[in-house]
Amino acid sequence: MAALATGGATPSDGATSFQRKVPASSRLAAIAGTRPSVRHGQLLLSSGLPSLDCVLGGGLAVGTLLLIEEDKYGIYSNLLFKYFLAEGIVCGHNLFVASAKEDPADILKELPAPLFDDVHKNQVDEKETAIKSKQESQESLKIAWRYQNLPKMEVSPAASARFGHYYDVSKTVSPELLKSIKWHRFFLPEVMSLHPEIKTCNMTCGYTRLLQSIQRIIYQEGFDGSYPQKKQKNILRIGIQSLGSVLWGDDICCADNPEDIYSLTKFLYVLRGLLRMSLSACIITVPAHLIQNKAIMERVTNLSDTVVGLESFIGSERETNPLYKDYQGLIHVHQIPRLNSLICDVSGTKDLAFRLKRKLFTIERLHLPPDLSDTVSRSSKQDLAESTKLLSSGCGAMAIGKKHLDF
Amino acid sequence: MFVELNELLNASPERPEQGKLTLLRDTKTDGSFLVHHFLSFYLKAGCKVCFVALLQSFSHYNIIAQKLGVSLTAAKERGQLVFLEGLKSCFDVFFGEEQHVGQTNPLQFVSEDGSNLKTMYEFVRTSLMASGSDSWKCPVLLVDDLSVLLSLGVRPVDVLDFIHYCRVAVCSQLKGNIVVLVHSNDDSEDEENELIVNSLCHQSNLILWAEGLTTGFCKDVHGQLKIIQKGSSELKAEKNLLRIYQYKIQDKNVTFFARGMSAAVL
Repeated sequence: MAALATGGATPSDGATSFQRKVPASSRLAAIAGTRPSVRHGQLLLSSGLPSLDCVLGGGLAVGTLLLIEEDKYGIYSNLLFKYFLAEGIVCGHNLFVASAKEDPADILKELPAPLFDDVHKNQVDEKETAIKSKQESQESLKIAWRYQNLPKMEVSPAASARFGHYYDVSKTVSPELLKSIKWHRFFLPEVMSLHPEIKTCNMTCGYTRLLQSIQRIIYQEGFDGSYPQKKQKNILRIGIQSLGSVLWGDDICCADNPEDIYSLTKFLYVLRGLLRMSLSACIITVPAHLIQNKAIMERVTNLSDTVVGLESFIGSERETNPLYKDYQGLIHVHQIPRLNSLICDVSGTKDLAFRLKRKLFTIERLHLPPDLSDTVSRSSKQDLAESTKLLSSGCGAMAIGKKHLDF
Repeated sequence: MFVELNELLNASPERPEQGKLTLLRDTKTDGSFLVHHFLSFYLKAGCKVCFVALLQSFSHYNIIAQKLGVSLTAAKERGQLVFLEGLKSCFDVFFGEEQHVGQTNPLQFVSEDGSNLKTMYEFVRTSLMASGSDSWKCPVLLVDDLSVLLSLGVRPVDVLDFIHYCRVAVCSQLKGNIVVLVHSNDDSEDEENELIVNSLCHQSNLILWAEGLTTGFCKDVHGQLKIIQKGSSELKAEKNLLRIYQYKIQDKNVTFFARGMSAAVL
C-alpha cells in the first residue's frame, strides 16, 4: 500500500496541479495540448507520460529538446519515444518521425492506443468518482450534491483537451486516429538512395539531410511564424530514433577514436537553433551506453535541454534482487533546463524507478520495502554470513548463532 | 545584478574595474546565473557590452534581465548592447545562401574545414571599438559558454588564441573587461575542455566557481561559490584570495551566505 501511496511521484510543491488563470487574450493558451507553465509562462507539452511530466517540472517546454539515453537493449527508451508520438496524435499535433532502422510508417502503426476511461485508480480524483456515481443514479445526488451540475466526464476524443493522457501498451492506435493527423517522415535508407552524397559543414551526410528536411517542414508548414495569417497554430513534434548509432553513418558508437567526433554535436547545435525559433519540441534517443568516448556524451548533455537516462535491470544482477522486484529499471534525470528564469522546477526526489505493469508505464520514487525477516541483513550481508559459516566449519553451531548477532 | 554578490566582490556599478578577465566556471550545476549578474551589472554601469550568446536565444536573456531591472531591447536600441545570437547565426550559415562579399558571419567557422575564429574576433573588435558619438564607459566582452565552441569543431588552441586576441584588444588596448563562462568537471573525460579551463584559470584575474554540493541535491542550498581573486601585483607574488560561500537562487535574486549558515538551518 505504501508503494501505491507514493506512486505517481507527486512533487512536494504540488506545482503541477496549480494552474494560474491565463488572460483570455493570451494567444499562448490557444494551441491544443499545451498549457503555460506556472513559473515562467513558457508553453509546456506533455511528454506522453504524466509521471514523467511531474518529474520534469510540469512538462516539456516548446522549443526544447528531450534527450533520452537508451537503456541497454533500447526497449524502454523506444517505449518513451512512442509515448511522445502517441501524445502528439491525441492532441492533434503534427509529427515528424525520423529513423534509420525502422520505417516511420511502421513506427506509427505500433503506437500505443490512448486510454480514454481512467482505469488507473491512483490518478482518479474525487470529481470523477462523483461523476461515475452520478452515472449510476440519475436522481439528485444526496452526498456529492456539489457535483450535481458539473458536466459528465467525456469518453470520446474530446478528452484530448486534458493535459497528459494514459496509454495502453497492449493495444495499438486505431488507423482512423492515425489518418486524422498530419505527419512527415524521414527514413534514412530511402533518403540516401534518392539523393547523391553530399557533405556540408563537415557533418555526416545523414545528419545534414535530416536537418534540411526538418527545416523545410518547419518553413513550409509555417511553424516558425512565417505565415502570420494562419490563425490556428499547431505544434510540430519531432522524434528521432537512435541518433548517433552506426546506421546514421556515424562511427562514435563503434570506435574508440572516431573519425569525426563533431558531427553529432554540430547536429544538436543546429537543431537547437531550429527548435528555438519554431513551435516544436523534439525527442531524441541516443545509445549512450555504446559511445566509448565519454567526452562526447558530456558535450551532448550540455547541448540538450532535458536529459533523461534509462537503466533497465534486464540482464543485470539487479533483475533477481528482491529489492527491485517491483521495478523494471531506474530513471536518472541528468538535466532540466532553466528557461526564461534563474530557477527551474526540480522535483525533490532523485531516486526514481520505472515499472511497466500490465498496461501502464509509471515512474515512481524508488521505494525500498522494509526488511521484515528474522535476520536483520540485506542480501549482501547474507553472503558474508554464509562464507564465515564455511570458514569456521569446526564450530559450526556457533557460526549459525553468530549470524543473528549484528554488531 | 545581485546586490549581495556585488558586496562580496566589492564591486559597484558606479566604478567598474578595468582591464580584467573574469572566469566563470561551473561544475555539476548551472552557473548561468553569474552570466545574468554580470550582464545586468555592466549594463547598469553604463559600459558598452558585446554579448556572444552561443547557447540560448535572445528572449531568454531578455526575460531574465527584465527581472533584474535591465531591458536588453532598450539597450540594443540605444547602442549599448551588441548581441550575437549564436543559434541564429549558425542557422544562417547552415541554411543560408552564399554570403555576399564583405558580409561575414561570425560563426562562419562552422561550415569551414578549419577552426578559425578570426571572423568572430573581428566581430567583437568592431563592435567594441569606440565610435565618436559613444559616451559609454569601458567596453565589456561577455561570452556565454566557451565550451560550446569545442562542440562545434574548434580546436582548443584556436579557442585560446581567440581569448588571447580578445584580451589584447579589449583588456589592454581598449581598457575593457572580459567575462567568460566555461563548464568543467573534476572527473571529466573531456580533456580539451579541461585544457581550456586550466589555461584560462591561470590567465584570469578573478574566478567565480559555482559548484554543486558534494553531498547531493538540496532544496535550500543550491550550490557553493568559490571566489578566487588573483594577487593584484604579479611582481610581489601575492597569494590568491580564496573565499567560499553557499548560495540559494530565487526568482529575482540570489542570496549568499557563509557555509552552513543557510536560512533553513538556522
